[in-house]
Amino acid sequence: MTNTQAPIFGTTFFDGQMAIKGYGLNKMCYSFNKAENREEFLKDEEAYYDKFGLTDAQKEAVRKRVVLDMIAEGGNIYYLAKLAGLLGLSVQDVGAQMTGKTVEDFKQMLVDAGK
Amino acid sequence: MAKIVGGICTSHIPAIGNAIANDLFEDPYWKPFFDGYPPVRAWLDKVKPDVAIVVYNDHGLNFFLDKMPTFAIGAAKEYKNDDEGWGIPTIDPFKGDPELSWHLINSLHDEEFDLCSCQEMLVDHGFTVPMSLLWPERGEDQIKTVPFCVNTVQHPVASPRRCLAIGEALGRAIESYPEDCKVVILGTGGLSHQLDGERAGFINKEFDLECMEKIVSDPYHYQNMSIHELVKLAGAQGSEFILWLIMRAAMGKTPQVIHQNYHIPISNTGAGLLCLDTVS
Repeated sequence: MTNTQAPIFGTTFFDGQMAIKGYGLNKMCYSFNKAENREEFLKDEEAYYDKFGLTDAQKEAVRKRVVLDMIAEGGNIYYLAKLAGLLGLSVQDVGAQMTGKTVEDFKQMLVDAGK
Repeated sequence: MAKIVGGICTSHIPAIGNAIANDLFEDPYWKPFFDGYPPVRAWLDKVKPDVAIVVYNDHGLNFFLDKMPTFAIGAAKEYKNDDEGWGIPTIDPFKGDPELSWHLINSLHDEEFDLCSCQEMLVDHGFTVPMSLLWPERGEDQIKTVPFCVNTVQHPVASPRRCLAIGEALGRAIESYPEDCKVVILGTGGLSHQLDGERAGFINKEFDLECMEKIVSDPYHYQNMSIHELVKLAGAQGSEFILWLIMRAAMGKTPQVIHQNYHIPISNTGAGLLCLDTVS
């Protein structure tokens, strides 16, 4: 069930263990495919967390908008991307947050990868 | 009999869908990317395939973690896209080819590959972005499609070896279809990128350029690579390269390169494009 290979820096393998841990959080994020669910979340976030049975640690990560903490609590980036979209964050905004860079520096890093 | 006329590899980043919707073809950021596509469309206009088999990964539209098939195939008359949570516009449905789908399901089953068959299937940007790039105008006589969906969301993800093997079987399945039709196979996604974690923004140009070359001349170079190693070299989401391997293995012997393009960055990704003609 668990990935036992050598860790890769800054990379979480979303395996069975993470899938179990993050199920409620990911299910909440998956629900954001529907516009009415996005509206419901924005109206009352706390009630929406409870609807999907988020753990205290997951709630805290979402409340604070800390994506690395969401990943640590089992969030899968494909579903978290829907939450990010709902919050008006691009993948570069999220990338900048996770790498501790400004958005401009993060974008520059991407451009530099092509040089 | 059906014939595989060629294969196309292309990245499928969601931002491309928005750029298409906003007509950003001449925008300085997008131009080096979009300029890769007209020669591929010219080749498609010449070859005129009847069916596109689209090897892609779903990013949380049709499948959730409640049911996560390793390999799934559409067997529907048509395929729609839908809201993925961030406002990609919905577009006209794509035409299916259920008879070909069931031929593929049965043939692959005979070769001991068990696919999850889907008579209802929403297709996300992994499918729609390549289709929109390659067939921007779809009318009444539009190309038929078969979505071939591969799990890259949750580990274990199918290994390169497994993907090459299912690709070979897919190629044999297509060529044993008794109807006269021309088939093009799309391998979508990639190349290197990572969206999550402290390593977000990871792009590996050297690895990507090697992929662009080896996918044509020596796809079995990747046969013994583990998913773990692929993630290390290509980034967490760069593992989508396995979709290119399925396409390439289905094509068999070394194809002719009609056109290629590689550009960094599109969103967080090294974007690759390859148009391959089957040498008959």
